[in-house]
Amino acid sequence: MQGIVRNGVRIDDSFAEAFPMAATGLIITAPTRKWANQAAATATGYATSVIGCDCEAGIDAELSEDETPDGRPGVRLLFFAFSAKGAEKALVNRVGQCILTCPGTALYSAFDGDLKIKVGDSMRQFGDKWQMSKAIDGRRFWRVPVMDGEFFVESQVGVLKKCVGGGNLLIMGADWESTMRATEAGVEAIHAVPDAIMPFPGGIVRSGSKVGSQYKGMSASTNDAYCPTLKGVTRTALEDDIGCTLEIVIDGLTDEAVRVAMRAGLKAIIDMGPEKGAKRVGAGNYGGKLGPFHYHLKDLLP
Amino acid sequence: MTAFTFTLRQEPPQRVDLSALTPDRLAGKSLADIEKIEIGTTRASIKVGDLFKIAQGDLKTLRYEGGSSRFDLVGAKLLPGFSLHVDGDVGLQLGRLAKGGKITVAGSAGAYAASGNEGAHIEIKGDACELLAAPLAGELAGMSGGRVVVRGKAGARAGDRLRRGILIIEGDAGEDLGSRLIAGTIIALGKTAGRVGYLNKRGSLVLAKHPKLSATYLDCGPQELTFARLLARSLKADSAAAASLLSVKLRRFGGDTAVYGKGEILTPL
Repeated sequence: MQGIVRNGVRIDDSFAEAFPMAATGLIITAPTRKWANQAAATATGYATSVIGCDCEAGIDAELSEDETPDGRPGVRLLFFAFSAKGAEKALVNRVGQCILTCPGTALYSAFDGDLKIKVGDSMRQFGDKWQMSKAIDGRRFWRVPVMDGEFFVESQVGVLKKCVGGGNLLIMGADWESTMRATEAGVEAIHAVPDAIMPFPGGIVRSGSKVGSQYKGMSASTNDAYCPTLKGVTRTALEDDIGCTLEIVIDGLTDEAVRVAMRAGLKAIIDMGPEKGAKRVGAGNYGGKLGPFHYHLKDLLP
Repeated sequence: MTAFTFTLRQEPPQRVDLSALTPDRLAGKSLADIEKIEIGTTRASIKVGDLFKIAQGDLKTLRYEGGSSRFDLVGAKLLPGFSLHVDGDVGLQLGRLAKGGKITVAGSAGAYAASGNEGAHIEIKGDACELLAAPLAGELAGMSGGRVVVRGKAGARAGDRLRRGILIIEGDAGEDLGSRLIAGTIIALGKTAGRVGYLNKRGSLVLAKHPKLSATYLDCGPQELTFARLLARSLKADSAAAASLLSVKLRRFGGDTAVYGKGEILTPL
């Protein structure tokens, strides 16, 4: 891998390989910023990877009072699953357990999408026949009486069928602290990009995986080529000066959103330079045969 | 392009049925064809050409220069995407069964305005007579969508059997506002009279002035309602006063418990 160097940071001649996913989006509002964020954190919990969770979810943006439908503080959440049906199941469960239950919240569809899934329509019967429907500007809502007033929920939420999951950056540095510093800068830059989320804890994953395992029946296992403690004993991808690897995984509503997000992250990491931050940036792929979306790092350089 | 315009020559000698003169139905017709359309409602014939001077223009928007309380069925069955403006009064059944589009009337409207409206945005700058947005005799439901704004007063039984949609009356409302309400929303900024919300099933009545309520409406206390915030924003362009009414804390009266009883009357504290 003969590299390109930008601001002292080595860039692999590699690409991120991503997959088609279905996505839905919600706007959650609450009387205060605290409770909007709380609802968002609860509803997007345990949603890091579709390998083990029902969906991949994250906060796309915090919305100010002027940006939400009802003039209260809000958040925009995105949920990604392998199919529209999977997204519907995950969303209905999550809204029922995490948004309906969260004090003060109201729920709106974030976009119209290719098709609709029933969210409020599945939630309304909680109202035990006391629920009321309201149609405003061509959209239908349910007012479900709850113990702090009313849960106001849009009857249907849009689903986009052609979204992208699995854009990524592998950030490599001398030690945990400098690598984390660079990765956090990347995460912060990607947060500002609309229509893209990073589903892992704080946007960062440390247990990157490879396909297959020495154990029978395990489809994925630790990516030993990038584990610094195995540098000497395995076929490693790490040079002597690399002591830590962290990964940012990105799901986006469009191919372009993932591209813009990766570019923003890459720029922030490169701008920090190799002394304070990362010495090398790579990307994860499976040889290019599994996923239709390829993001070559050399095309995304600032 | 300028609007397609019908200029009234003189007050019609009889009631006229203008349901044929909506933009979507005039498309593809020549001037001569249009002038020959029969609009009379008695044995004496009256044609479009007898009553109006026509100036052709863009059929997306249609204008009547001059109106009359004898203009019946203006904008009936109007389709989405078209708009119609009357510079004067209209008669019965304005926008009857309109599917969409926008109708504005600079004057006042006769009875049954917006009857059976399914989606049109109708603005009446003057007053509306009785049975605004109501069903005709024998029909089970009144307006089923769209939005109606009356800047002046409305007659008796406005919003009778309203099923969906929003009705805003900026002036005083006549007797029995929102009678037999099925669902939907009525906002009245002036005074109300008679049995307000009589036999209301699931509809919402938002009243700026405290009404005399029937004993079958039960006080549920003051409430902060999220839906009111959303509705207020949606109504701002149509009626600033209605929007500000919805922005204050409202007291909720549940009813009409004489029937299904899942509706409500909301008034400021």
